[in-house]
Amino acid sequence: MKLAGKCHKFGNDVNTDYIISGRHKFKTLDMKELAKHVMEDLDPEFYNKVSTGDFIVAGTNFGCGSSREQAPLAIINADIGAVIAKSFARIFYRNCINTGLPLIECDTDQINPGDELEIDLDQGTLLNKTTGAVIAITPLPPVMLKILSEGGLVEHFKKYGTFHFD
Amino acid sequence: MGKTIAEKILSQKSGRDAKANDIVIADLDFVMGQDGTSPLAIKAFQEMQASKVFDPARIAMVIDHSAPSPLEGVSELHRQMRVFAREQQINFYDIGDGVCHQLVPEQGHVVPGDLVIGADSHTCTYGAINALSTGVGSTDLAAGIISGKLWFKVPETFKFILNGKLGEGVYSKDLILFLIGEVTADGATYMAAEYCGEAISDLSVDARFTISNMAIEMGAKCGLMEADDKTIEWVKKHSRKEFVPVSADADAVYAKVKEYDVSSLEPQIARPHTVDNVVGISQLGEVPIQQGVIGTCTNGRMEDLRIAARILKGRKINKEARLIVAPASRQIMIEAMREGLIETFIQAGAAVVTPGCGPCVGTHNGVPSDGENVISTANRNFKGRMGNNKAFIYLGSPATVAASVINGRITDPRQLLS
Ligand code: SF4
Repeated sequence: MKLAGKCHKFGNDVNTDYIISGRHKFKTLDMKELAKHVMEDLDPEFYNKVSTGDFIVAGTNFGCGSSREQAPLAIINADIGAVIAKSFARIFYRNCINTGLPLIECDTDQINPGDELEIDLDQGTLLNKTTGAVIAITPLPPVMLKILSEGGLVEHFKKYGTFHFD
Repeated sequence: MGKTIAEKILSQKSGRDAKANDIVIADLDFVMGQDGTSPLAIKAFQEMQASKVFDPARIAMVIDHSAPSPLEGVSELHRQMRVFAREQQINFYDIGDGVCHQLVPEQGHVVPGDLVIGADSHTCTYGAINALSTGVGSTDLAAGIISGKLWFKVPETFKFILNGKLGEGVYSKDLILFLIGEVTADGATYMAAEYCGEAISDLSVDARFTISNMAIEMGAKCGLMEADDKTIEWVKKHSRKEFVPVSADADAVYAKVKEYDVSSLEPQIARPHTVDNVVGISQLGEVPIQQGVIGTCTNGRMEDLRIAARILKGRKINKEARLIVAPASRQIMIEAMREGLIETFIQAGAAVVTPGCGPCVGTHNGVPSDGENVISTANRNFKGRMGNNKAFIYLGSPATVAASVINGRITDPRQLLS
Protein backbone atom coordinates (compact mmCIF):
# COMPACT_ATOMS: atom_id res chain seq x y z
CA MET A 1 0.00 0.00 0.00
CA LYS A 2 1.50 3.31 -1.11
CA LEU A 3 0.34 6.81 -0.26
CA ALA A 4 1.51 10.21 -1.43
CA GLY A 5 0.53 13.77 -0.54
CA LYS A 6 1.37 17.02 1.15
CA CYS A 7 1.92 17.67 4.87
CA HIS A 8 -0.48 19.80 6.92
CA LYS A 9 1.19 20.14 10.28
CA PHE A 10 -0.30 20.42 13.77
CA GLY A 11 1.12 20.22 17.32
CA ASN A 12 0.77 17.83 20.25
CA ASP A 13 -2.48 16.71 21.92
CA VAL A 14 -4.82 17.44 19.01
CA ASN A 15 -8.05 16.29 20.64
CA THR A 16 -11.24 14.99 19.06
CA ASP A 17 -13.06 18.25 19.85
CA TYR A 18 -10.58 20.00 17.52
CA ILE A 19 -10.87 17.31 14.86
CA ILE A 20 -14.64 17.66 14.82
CA SER A 21 -16.39 19.79 17.40
CA GLY A 22 -19.27 18.39 19.50
CA ARG A 23 -21.48 21.20 18.24
CA HIS A 24 -21.38 19.63 14.75
CA LYS A 25 -21.10 15.93 15.43
CA PHE A 26 -24.39 15.44 17.22
CA LYS A 27 -26.38 17.01 14.42
CA THR A 28 -26.05 14.56 11.57
CA LEU A 29 -24.72 11.29 10.24
CA ASP A 30 -23.84 13.00 6.95
CA MET A 31 -20.05 12.63 7.04
CA LYS A 32 -19.46 14.75 3.92
CA GLU A 33 -21.18 17.61 5.74
CA LEU A 34 -19.17 17.00 8.93
CA ALA A 35 -15.95 16.84 6.90
CA LYS A 36 -16.33 20.54 6.03
CA HIS A 37 -15.74 21.35 9.71
CA VAL A 38 -12.73 19.10 10.23
CA MET A 39 -9.98 20.81 12.31
CA GLU A 40 -11.83 24.13 12.03
CA ASP A 41 -11.17 25.24 15.62
CA LEU A 42 -7.42 24.99 14.93
CA ASP A 43 -7.49 26.23 11.33
CA PRO A 44 -10.79 27.60 9.97
CA GLU A 45 -9.48 27.30 6.38
CA PHE A 46 -8.28 23.71 6.71
CA TYR A 47 -10.99 22.00 4.69
CA ASN A 48 -10.48 24.36 1.75
CA LYS A 49 -6.70 23.98 1.83
CA VAL A 50 -6.39 20.20 1.54
CA SER A 51 -6.14 18.26 -1.70
CA THR A 52 -7.11 14.59 -2.03
CA GLY A 53 -4.54 12.32 -0.44
CA ASP A 54 -2.86 14.99 1.71
CA PHE A 55 -1.69 14.09 5.21
CA ILE A 56 -2.41 15.44 8.66
CA VAL A 57 0.93 15.43 10.50
CA ALA A 58 1.12 15.98 14.26
CA GLY A 59 3.14 15.47 17.42
CA THR A 60 2.25 13.24 20.36
CA ASN A 61 -1.15 12.01 21.60
CA PHE A 62 -3.12 12.75 18.41
CA GLY A 63 -6.86 12.09 18.80
CA CYS A 64 -7.07 12.31 22.57
CA GLY A 65 -10.44 13.00 24.11
CA SER A 66 -13.76 11.49 23.21
CA SER A 67 -14.59 8.21 21.51
CA ARG A 68 -16.38 9.94 18.63
CA GLU A 69 -15.85 7.94 15.48
CA GLN A 70 -16.96 11.04 13.62
CA ALA A 71 -13.32 12.14 14.12
CA PRO A 72 -11.67 9.59 11.80
CA LEU A 73 -14.74 9.57 9.53
CA ALA A 74 -14.60 13.35 9.11
CA ILE A 75 -10.91 13.04 8.24
CA ILE A 76 -11.58 10.26 5.73
CA ASN A 77 -14.40 12.26 4.17
CA ALA A 78 -12.17 15.31 3.84
CA ASP A 79 -10.12 12.98 1.56
CA ILE A 80 -7.10 12.93 3.85
CA GLY A 81 -4.87 9.96 2.95
CA ALA A 82 -3.52 9.18 6.41
CA VAL A 83 -2.71 10.69 9.78
CA ILE A 84 0.97 10.75 10.71
CA ALA A 85 1.92 11.39 14.34
CA LYS A 86 4.51 10.57 16.98
CA SER A 87 1.82 8.81 19.01
CA PHE A 88 -1.95 8.37 19.04
CA ALA A 89 -4.56 8.25 21.79
CA ARG A 90 -5.90 4.75 22.26
CA ILE A 91 -9.57 5.00 21.25
CA PHE A 92 -8.78 7.14 18.21
CA TYR A 93 -6.20 4.53 17.19
CA ARG A 94 -8.82 1.75 17.37
CA ASN A 95 -11.35 3.86 15.52
CA CYS A 96 -8.91 4.52 12.66
CA ILE A 97 -8.24 0.80 12.21
CA ASN A 98 -11.97 0.04 12.39
CA THR A 99 -12.97 2.71 9.89
CA GLY A 100 -10.04 2.03 7.55
CA LEU A 101 -8.08 5.28 8.00
CA PRO A 102 -4.34 4.49 7.78
CA LEU A 103 -2.36 5.80 10.72
CA ILE A 104 1.38 6.16 10.68
CA GLU A 105 3.37 6.30 13.90
CA CYS A 106 6.81 7.80 13.40
CA ASP A 107 9.11 10.69 14.30
CA THR A 108 7.47 13.76 12.77
CA ASP A 109 10.13 16.34 13.71
CA GLN A 110 11.69 15.97 10.27
CA ILE A 111 8.46 16.85 8.48
CA ASN A 112 7.63 20.50 7.81
CA PRO A 113 4.40 22.15 6.68
CA GLY A 114 3.97 21.74 2.92
CA ASP A 115 6.55 18.93 2.53
CA GLU A 116 5.69 16.32 -0.11
CA LEU A 117 5.64 12.83 1.44
CA GLU A 118 5.53 9.30 0.10
CA ILE A 119 4.61 6.38 2.35
CA ASP A 120 5.18 2.68 1.71
CA LEU A 121 3.19 0.76 4.33
CA ASP A 122 4.59 -2.63 3.28
CA GLN A 123 8.18 -1.45 3.49
CA GLY A 124 7.47 0.52 6.66
CA THR A 125 9.07 3.71 5.39
CA LEU A 126 8.16 7.32 4.86
CA LEU A 127 10.12 9.36 2.31
CA ASN A 128 10.13 13.12 2.72
CA LYS A 129 10.55 14.10 -0.95
CA THR A 130 11.10 17.74 -0.07
CA THR A 131 14.07 17.13 2.25
CA GLY A 132 15.12 13.66 1.11
CA ALA A 133 14.83 12.23 4.65
CA VAL A 134 13.73 8.59 5.01
CA ILE A 135 11.85 7.94 8.26
CA ALA A 136 11.06 4.52 9.78
CA ILE A 137 7.44 3.71 10.70
CA THR A 138 6.35 1.67 13.74
CA PRO A 139 4.75 -1.48 12.24
CA LEU A 140 1.11 -2.36 13.05
CA PRO A 141 0.34 -5.68 14.83
CA PRO A 142 -1.09 -8.37 12.44
CA VAL A 143 -4.69 -8.25 13.78
CA MET A 144 -4.88 -4.51 13.11
CA LEU A 145 -3.17 -4.77 9.74
CA LYS A 146 -5.70 -7.39 8.67
CA ILE A 147 -8.70 -5.25 9.65
CA LEU A 148 -7.17 -2.17 8.02
CA SER A 149 -6.29 -4.00 4.82
CA GLU A 150 -9.81 -5.42 4.59
CA GLY A 151 -11.08 -1.84 4.63
CA GLY A 152 -12.18 -1.74 8.28
CA LEU A 153 -14.23 -3.71 10.77
CA VAL A 154 -17.53 -3.37 8.88
CA GLU A 155 -16.02 -5.20 5.91
CA HIS A 156 -14.48 -7.80 8.26
CA PHE A 157 -17.89 -8.53 9.83
CA LYS A 158 -19.62 -8.55 6.46
CA LYS A 159 -17.21 -11.24 5.39
CA TYR A 160 -17.08 -13.39 8.54
CA GLY A 161 -20.08 -12.33 10.69
CA THR A 162 -17.81 -12.19 13.75
CA PHE A 163 -14.11 -11.78 14.62
CA HIS A 164 -12.01 -14.08 12.51
CA PHE A 165 -8.23 -14.37 12.75
CA ASP A 166 -6.09 -17.43 12.15
CA MET B 1 5.05 -14.35 37.28
CA GLY B 2 2.10 -12.55 38.86
CA LYS B 3 -0.60 -10.59 37.08
CA THR B 4 -2.18 -7.17 37.27
CA ILE B 5 -5.95 -6.74 37.54
CA ALA B 6 -6.18 -6.01 33.79
CA GLU B 7 -4.14 -9.11 32.88
CA LYS B 8 -6.32 -11.29 35.11
CA ILE B 9 -9.63 -10.04 33.77
CA LEU B 10 -8.50 -10.29 30.14
CA SER B 11 -7.12 -13.80 30.79
CA GLN B 12 -10.42 -14.93 32.27
CA LYS B 13 -12.49 -13.42 29.51
CA SER B 14 -10.32 -14.64 26.64
CA GLY B 15 -9.57 -18.09 28.03
CA ARG B 16 -5.84 -17.47 27.48
CA ASP B 17 -2.88 -16.75 29.66
CA ALA B 18 -2.86 -13.08 28.72
CA LYS B 19 0.14 -10.88 29.43
CA ALA B 20 0.73 -7.19 28.74
CA ASN B 21 0.98 -6.40 25.02
CA ASP B 22 -0.70 -9.64 23.87
CA ILE B 23 -3.67 -9.21 21.58
CA VAL B 24 -6.71 -11.23 22.67
CA ILE B 25 -10.31 -11.66 21.64
CA ALA B 26 -12.40 -11.60 24.80
CA ASP B 27 -16.04 -12.11 25.85
CA LEU B 28 -17.90 -9.00 26.95
CA ASP B 29 -20.11 -8.85 30.05
CA PHE B 30 -21.78 -5.59 29.13
CA VAL B 31 -21.92 -3.18 26.19
CA MET B 32 -23.17 0.43 26.32
CA GLY B 33 -23.80 3.19 23.78
CA GLN B 34 -24.98 6.80 24.18
CA ASP B 35 -26.75 9.16 21.80
CA GLY B 36 -23.57 10.63 20.33
CA THR B 37 -22.23 7.22 19.32
CA SER B 38 -25.15 4.77 19.03
CA PRO B 39 -26.68 6.09 15.80
CA LEU B 40 -23.42 5.43 13.92
CA ALA B 41 -23.22 2.00 15.57
CA ILE B 42 -26.75 1.18 14.42
CA LYS B 43 -25.69 2.18 10.92
CA ALA B 44 -22.61 -0.07 11.18
CA PHE B 45 -24.81 -2.89 12.58
CA GLN B 46 -26.92 -2.66 9.43
CA GLU B 47 -23.91 -2.42 7.14
CA MET B 48 -22.44 -5.51 8.81
CA GLN B 49 -25.68 -7.22 7.72
CA ALA B 50 -26.52 -8.35 11.24
CA SER B 51 -30.10 -8.93 12.33
CA LYS B 52 -29.86 -9.72 16.04
CA VAL B 53 -27.79 -8.61 19.01
CA PHE B 54 -25.88 -11.28 20.94
CA ASP B 55 -27.79 -10.81 24.23
CA PRO B 56 -30.32 -7.99 24.81
CA ALA B 57 -29.91 -8.16 28.61
CA ARG B 58 -26.23 -7.29 28.29
CA ILE B 59 -26.68 -4.20 26.14
CA ALA B 60 -27.87 -0.69 27.04
CA MET B 61 -28.38 2.47 25.05
CA VAL B 62 -28.72 5.82 26.78
CA ILE B 63 -29.97 9.20 25.55
CA ASP B 64 -28.01 11.63 27.73
CA HIS B 65 -25.76 13.88 25.64
CA SER B 66 -28.46 15.99 24.00
CA ALA B 67 -31.45 15.29 26.18
CA PRO B 68 -34.11 16.53 25.65
CA SER B 69 -33.27 17.04 21.99
CA PRO B 70 -32.37 20.65 21.11
CA LEU B 71 -32.50 20.22 17.30
CA GLU B 72 -34.50 18.31 14.73
CA GLY B 73 -31.41 16.48 13.43
CA VAL B 74 -30.76 15.16 16.93
CA SER B 75 -34.43 14.20 17.32
CA GLU B 76 -34.13 11.99 14.25
CA LEU B 77 -31.05 10.24 15.67
CA HIS B 78 -32.87 9.71 18.96
CA ARG B 79 -35.80 8.22 17.07
CA GLN B 80 -33.47 5.73 15.36
CA MET B 81 -32.15 4.66 18.78
CA ARG B 82 -35.65 4.20 20.19
CA VAL B 83 -36.68 2.07 17.21
CA PHE B 84 -33.54 -0.07 17.42
CA ALA B 85 -33.90 -0.56 21.19
CA ARG B 86 -37.52 -1.63 20.82
CA GLU B 87 -36.79 -4.03 17.96
CA GLN B 88 -33.83 -5.61 19.72
CA GLN B 89 -35.38 -5.48 23.24
CA ILE B 90 -32.20 -4.10 24.80
CA ASN B 91 -32.04 -1.97 27.96
CA PHE B 92 -32.93 1.58 27.06
CA TYR B 93 -32.67 4.80 29.03
CA ASP B 94 -34.43 7.84 27.61
CA ILE B 95 -34.19 11.58 28.32
CA GLY B 96 -34.19 12.40 32.01
CA ASP B 97 -32.98 8.99 33.16
CA GLY B 98 -29.42 10.25 33.59
CA VAL B 99 -25.82 10.07 32.39
CA CYS B 100 -24.77 6.70 30.99
CA HIS B 101 -21.84 6.34 33.42
CA GLN B 102 -24.09 6.80 36.41
CA LEU B 103 -26.84 4.54 35.06
CA VAL B 104 -24.71 1.52 34.11
CA PRO B 105 -23.41 0.87 37.65
CA GLU B 106 -26.44 2.34 39.47
CA GLN B 107 -28.86 0.07 37.59
CA GLY B 108 -26.74 -2.94 38.47
CA HIS B 109 -25.46 -3.80 34.99
CA VAL B 110 -21.82 -4.01 36.02
CA VAL B 111 -20.13 -5.88 38.88
CA PRO B 112 -16.51 -6.54 39.94
CA GLY B 113 -14.46 -8.66 37.54
CA ASP B 114 -16.59 -7.72 34.52
CA LEU B 115 -15.23 -6.78 31.10
CA VAL B 116 -17.24 -3.88 29.69
CA ILE B 117 -17.06 -1.66 26.63
CA GLY B 118 -18.95 1.55 26.10
CA ALA B 119 -18.99 3.82 23.10
CA ASP B 120 -17.99 6.76 25.27
CA SER B 121 -14.49 7.61 26.40
CA HIS B 122 -15.42 7.87 30.09
CA THR B 123 -16.54 4.24 30.25
CA CYS B 124 -13.39 3.79 32.36
CA THR B 125 -15.58 5.04 35.27
CA TYR B 126 -16.61 1.52 36.35
CA GLY B 127 -13.01 0.65 37.19
CA ALA B 128 -13.91 2.11 40.58
CA ILE B 129 -15.97 -1.03 41.21
CA ASN B 130 -13.27 -3.35 39.94
CA ALA B 131 -14.56 -3.80 36.38
CA LEU B 132 -12.28 -3.53 33.37
CA SER B 133 -14.34 -1.07 31.39
CA THR B 134 -13.09 0.97 28.51
CA GLY B 135 -14.26 3.35 25.84
CA VAL B 136 -14.51 2.36 22.18
CA GLY B 137 -15.95 3.85 19.02
CA SER B 138 -19.17 3.13 17.19
CA THR B 139 -17.85 0.36 14.91
CA ASP B 140 -16.44 -1.48 17.93
CA LEU B 141 -19.81 -1.00 19.60
CA ALA B 142 -21.55 -2.58 16.60
CA ALA B 143 -19.12 -5.52 16.57
CA GLY B 144 -19.61 -5.90 20.34
CA ILE B 145 -23.40 -6.00 20.24
CA ILE B 146 -23.37 -8.47 17.35
CA SER B 147 -20.74 -10.90 18.59
CA GLY B 148 -20.44 -10.26 22.36
CA LYS B 149 -16.71 -10.07 21.78
CA LEU B 150 -13.97 -7.58 21.02
CA TRP B 151 -10.24 -7.57 20.33
CA PHE B 152 -8.06 -6.02 23.02
CA LYS B 153 -4.43 -5.22 23.38
CA VAL B 154 -3.65 -6.29 26.95
CA PRO B 155 -2.46 -3.08 28.59
CA GLU B 156 0.61 -2.60 30.71
CA THR B 157 -0.28 -1.16 34.09
CA PHE B 158 0.65 2.14 35.76
CA LYS B 159 0.18 1.82 39.51
CA PHE B 160 -0.57 4.80 41.74
CA ILE B 161 -0.07 4.31 45.47
CA LEU B 162 -1.80 7.11 47.35
CA ASN B 163 -0.95 7.43 51.01
CA GLY B 164 -2.27 9.76 53.71
CA LYS B 165 -5.66 11.36 54.19
CA LEU B 166 -7.22 14.16 52.18
CA GLY B 167 -7.74 17.30 54.28
CA GLU B 168 -11.06 19.08 54.93
CA GLY B 169 -12.34 20.74 51.74
CA VAL B 170 -10.13 18.58 49.51
CA TYR B 171 -11.82 15.81 47.53
CA SER B 172 -11.23 12.95 45.13
CA LYS B 173 -11.61 15.43 42.23
CA ASP B 174 -8.63 17.39 43.55
CA LEU B 175 -6.66 14.18 43.88
CA ILE B 176 -7.25 13.04 40.30
CA LEU B 177 -6.61 16.52 38.88
CA PHE B 178 -3.33 16.56 40.79
CA LEU B 179 -2.31 13.15 39.36
CA ILE B 180 -3.19 14.20 35.80
CA GLY B 181 -1.12 17.35 36.26
CA GLU B 182 1.76 15.17 37.47
CA VAL B 183 1.76 12.55 34.71
CA THR B 184 0.23 14.74 31.91
CA ALA B 185 -2.51 14.03 29.36
CA ASP B 186 -0.63 11.16 27.73
CA GLY B 187 1.29 9.91 30.78
CA ALA B 188 -0.61 6.61 30.84
CA THR B 189 -1.52 6.19 27.15
CA TYR B 190 -2.30 2.57 26.18
CA MET B 191 -1.93 1.60 29.88
CA ALA B 192 -4.30 0.50 32.61
CA ALA B 193 -4.13 2.72 35.68
CA GLU B 194 -4.45 0.99 39.07
CA TYR B 195 -5.21 3.27 42.03
CA CYS B 196 -4.59 1.98 45.53
CA GLY B 197 -3.52 3.02 49.03
CA GLU B 198 -5.05 4.50 52.16
CA ALA B 199 -6.31 7.64 50.39
CA ILE B 200 -8.37 5.46 48.02
CA SER B 201 -9.71 3.08 50.71
CA ASP B 202 -10.86 6.13 52.68
CA LEU B 203 -13.08 7.33 49.84
CA SER B 204 -16.73 6.44 49.36
CA VAL B 205 -17.63 4.56 46.17
CA ASP B 206 -19.21 7.79 44.82
CA ALA B 207 -15.88 9.59 45.29
CA ARG B 208 -13.94 6.71 43.72
CA PHE B 209 -16.00 6.94 40.53
CA THR B 210 -14.66 10.48 40.06
CA ILE B 211 -11.10 9.16 39.98
CA SER B 212 -11.69 6.25 37.60
CA ASN B 213 -13.83 8.51 35.39
CA MET B 214 -10.83 10.72 34.69
CA ALA B 215 -8.30 7.92 34.02
CA ILE B 216 -8.79 8.62 30.31
CA GLU B 217 -7.55 12.19 30.87
CA MET B 218 -4.10 10.71 31.53
CA GLY B 219 -4.57 8.57 28.41
CA ALA B 220 -5.34 5.34 30.29
CA LYS B 221 -7.48 2.55 28.89
CA CYS B 222 -9.08 1.93 32.27
CA GLY B 223 -8.79 3.14 35.88
CA LEU B 224 -8.93 0.11 38.12
CA MET B 225 -9.38 -0.26 41.87
CA GLU B 226 -9.60 -3.38 43.99
CA ALA B 227 -12.94 -4.31 45.50
CA ASP B 228 -13.03 -3.80 49.28
CA ASP B 229 -15.94 -4.09 51.73
CA LYS B 230 -17.32 -0.71 50.65
CA THR B 231 -17.31 -1.80 47.00
CA ILE B 232 -19.01 -5.10 47.75
CA GLU B 233 -21.69 -3.46 49.87
CA TRP B 234 -22.33 -0.84 47.17
CA VAL B 235 -22.53 -3.39 44.37
CA LYS B 236 -24.86 -5.71 46.31
CA LYS B 237 -27.17 -2.77 46.93
CA HIS B 238 -27.38 -2.07 43.20
CA SER B 239 -27.08 -5.44 41.46
CA ARG B 240 -28.25 -9.00 41.77
CA LYS B 241 -25.53 -10.33 39.47
CA GLU B 242 -23.05 -12.80 40.96
CA PHE B 243 -19.43 -11.71 41.03
CA VAL B 244 -15.90 -12.57 42.06
CA PRO B 245 -13.62 -9.58 42.77
CA VAL B 246 -10.21 -9.54 41.08
CA SER B 247 -7.04 -8.36 42.82
CA ALA B 248 -3.54 -7.92 41.51
CA ASP B 249 -0.91 -10.48 42.50
CA ALA B 250 1.77 -9.31 44.92
CA ASP B 251 4.41 -10.06 42.27
CA ALA B 252 2.51 -8.48 39.37
CA VAL B 253 4.70 -6.60 36.91
CA TYR B 254 4.05 -2.87 36.52
CA ALA B 255 5.29 -0.65 33.72
CA LYS B 256 5.39 2.30 36.15
CA VAL B 257 4.72 2.90 39.83
CA LYS B 258 4.23 6.31 41.48
CA GLU B 259 3.68 6.92 45.15
CA TYR B 260 2.33 10.11 46.71
CA ASP B 261 1.38 11.36 50.14
CA VAL B 262 -1.81 13.38 49.67
CA SER B 263 -2.14 14.76 53.23
CA SER B 264 -1.08 18.29 52.35
CA LEU B 265 -2.83 18.49 48.97
CA GLU B 266 -4.81 21.72 48.47
CA PRO B 267 -7.82 22.11 46.12
CA GLN B 268 -6.65 21.79 42.49
CA ILE B 269 -7.73 23.63 39.36
CA ALA B 270 -7.24 22.60 35.72
CA ARG B 271 -6.85 25.75 33.65
CA PRO B 272 -7.86 26.22 29.98
CA HIS B 273 -7.48 24.44 27.57
CA THR B 274 -6.05 21.12 28.71
CA VAL B 275 -6.91 18.92 31.66
CA ASP B 276 -3.27 18.53 32.65
CA ASN B 277 -2.76 22.30 33.00
CA VAL B 278 -3.23 21.94 36.77
CA VAL B 279 -2.27 24.20 39.68
CA GLY B 280 -2.94 24.30 43.39
CA ILE B 281 -5.64 26.90 44.02
CA SER B 282 -3.29 29.14 46.02
CA GLN B 283 -1.13 29.56 42.91
CA LEU B 284 -3.97 30.43 40.56
CA GLY B 285 -4.39 34.18 41.04
CA GLU B 286 -7.59 36.15 40.46
CA VAL B 287 -10.03 34.52 37.99
CA PRO B 288 -13.52 36.06 37.68
CA ILE B 289 -16.27 33.53 36.88
CA GLN B 290 -19.45 34.00 34.85
CA GLN B 291 -20.78 30.42 34.87
CA GLY B 292 -20.50 27.45 37.21
CA VAL B 293 -21.50 23.86 36.41
CA ILE B 294 -22.11 21.13 38.98
CA GLY B 295 -22.90 17.69 37.60
CA THR B 296 -21.69 15.40 34.77
CA CYS B 297 -20.50 11.80 34.97
CA THR B 298 -17.51 13.04 36.98
CA ASN B 299 -19.26 14.85 39.84
CA GLY B 300 -23.04 14.67 39.62
CA ARG B 301 -23.59 12.09 42.38
CA MET B 302 -25.29 12.42 45.77
CA GLU B 303 -22.08 13.04 47.65
CA ASP B 304 -21.12 15.80 45.19
CA LEU B 305 -24.51 17.48 45.50
CA ARG B 306 -24.32 17.31 49.30
CA ILE B 307 -20.87 18.90 49.30
CA ALA B 308 -22.04 21.72 47.02
CA ALA B 309 -25.27 22.25 48.98
CA ARG B 310 -23.35 22.54 52.22
CA ILE B 311 -21.58 25.59 50.80
CA LEU B 312 -24.57 27.07 48.96
CA LYS B 313 -27.06 26.72 51.81
CA GLY B 314 -28.31 30.09 52.97
CA ARG B 315 -26.09 31.92 50.46
CA LYS B 316 -26.77 33.60 47.12
CA ILE B 317 -24.86 33.22 43.90
CA ASN B 318 -22.90 36.36 43.00
CA LYS B 319 -24.87 38.65 40.68
CA GLU B 320 -22.06 38.52 38.09
CA ALA B 321 -22.28 34.71 37.94
CA ARG B 322 -24.78 31.93 37.26
CA LEU B 323 -24.88 28.26 38.21
CA ILE B 324 -26.21 25.20 36.37
CA VAL B 325 -26.79 21.98 38.30
CA ALA B 326 -27.41 18.68 36.48
CA PRO B 327 -27.90 15.64 38.76
CA ALA B 328 -26.32 12.54 37.24
CA SER B 329 -29.51 10.47 37.27
CA ARG B 330 -33.24 10.52 37.91
CA GLN B 331 -32.68 8.52 41.08
CA ILE B 332 -30.13 11.05 42.33
CA MET B 333 -32.46 13.92 41.49
CA ILE B 334 -35.24 12.31 43.54
CA GLU B 335 -32.93 11.64 46.46
CA ALA B 336 -31.59 15.19 46.29
CA MET B 337 -35.15 16.52 46.31
CA ARG B 338 -36.01 14.45 49.37
CA GLU B 339 -32.95 15.78 51.19
CA GLY B 340 -33.80 19.34 50.25
CA LEU B 341 -30.64 19.84 48.20
CA ILE B 342 -32.49 20.83 45.04
CA GLU B 343 -34.35 23.49 47.01
CA THR B 344 -31.04 24.76 48.37
CA PHE B 345 -29.66 25.09 44.83
CA ILE B 346 -32.73 26.86 43.51
CA GLN B 347 -32.92 29.20 46.52
CA ALA B 348 -29.27 30.08 45.98
CA GLY B 349 -30.11 31.06 42.40
CA ALA B 350 -29.08 27.98 40.42
CA ALA B 351 -30.78 26.63 37.30
CA VAL B 352 -31.38 22.91 37.83
CA VAL B 353 -31.58 21.02 34.51
CA THR B 354 -32.57 17.55 33.33
CA PRO B 355 -30.49 14.66 34.69
CA GLY B 356 -27.95 13.83 31.97
CA CYS B 357 -24.79 15.36 30.57
CA GLY B 358 -26.02 18.92 31.12
CA PRO B 359 -23.88 21.58 29.41
CA CYS B 360 -20.72 19.39 29.53
CA VAL B 361 -20.26 18.85 25.82
CA GLY B 362 -21.81 21.97 24.32
CA THR B 363 -24.90 20.42 22.81
CA HIS B 364 -27.43 22.29 24.96
CA ASN B 365 -28.18 23.56 28.47
CA GLY B 366 -25.73 26.44 28.83
CA VAL B 367 -23.26 27.37 26.11
CA PRO B 368 -20.99 30.17 27.42
CA SER B 369 -20.50 33.37 25.43
CA ASP B 370 -17.24 34.66 23.95
CA GLY B 371 -14.58 35.48 26.52
CA GLU B 372 -16.51 34.04 29.46
CA ASN B 373 -14.88 32.01 32.21
CA VAL B 374 -16.61 28.82 33.32
CA ILE B 375 -15.78 26.69 36.32
CA SER B 376 -17.09 23.15 36.03
CA THR B 377 -16.98 19.83 37.84
CA ALA B 378 -16.70 18.06 34.45
CA ASN B 379 -13.68 16.15 33.21
CA ARG B 380 -12.66 18.17 30.13
CA ASN B 381 -11.84 21.81 29.50
CA PHE B 382 -10.80 21.60 25.85
CA LYS B 383 -11.23 24.69 23.74
CA GLY B 384 -14.76 24.65 22.36
CA ARG B 385 -15.79 21.82 24.67
CA MET B 386 -18.90 23.57 25.94
CA GLY B 387 -19.87 24.78 22.48
CA ASN B 388 -17.89 28.03 22.27
CA ASN B 389 -14.20 28.01 21.37
CA LYS B 390 -13.81 31.56 22.68
CA ALA B 391 -14.80 30.62 26.24
CA PHE B 392 -12.40 29.50 28.99
CA ILE B 393 -13.14 26.42 31.09
CA TYR B 394 -11.62 25.71 34.50
CA LEU B 395 -12.17 22.39 36.29
CA GLY B 396 -12.48 21.85 40.02
CA SER B 397 -14.39 19.99 42.73
CA PRO B 398 -18.09 20.59 43.47
CA ALA B 399 -17.03 22.52 46.58
CA THR B 400 -14.72 24.77 44.55
CA VAL B 401 -17.44 25.43 41.97
CA ALA B 402 -19.98 26.27 44.68
CA ALA B 403 -17.58 28.63 46.47
CA SER B 404 -16.55 30.26 43.19
CA VAL B 405 -20.08 31.13 42.03
CA ILE B 406 -20.82 32.67 45.41
CA ASN B 407 -17.80 34.97 45.19
CA GLY B 408 -17.93 35.46 41.42
CA ARG B 409 -14.28 34.41 41.18
CA ILE B 410 -12.44 31.12 41.65
CA THR B 411 -12.36 30.57 45.39
CA ASP B 412 -10.77 28.07 47.75
CA PRO B 413 -13.83 26.31 49.24
CA ARG B 414 -12.10 26.01 52.60
CA GLN B 415 -12.77 29.73 53.10
CA LEU B 416 -16.52 29.08 53.08
CA LEU B 417 -16.56 25.80 54.99
CA SER B 418 -15.55 27.15 58.38
S1 SF4 C 1 -21.27 14.10 31.30
FE1 SF4 C 1 -19.81 14.93 29.84
S2 SF4 C 1 -18.04 13.59 29.94
FE2 SF4 C 1 -19.74 12.53 30.94
S3 SF4 C 1 -20.63 11.23 29.36
FE3 SF4 C 1 -21.74 13.19 29.33
S4 SF4 C 1 -20.68 14.47 27.82
FE4 SF4 C 1 -19.33 12.76 28.35
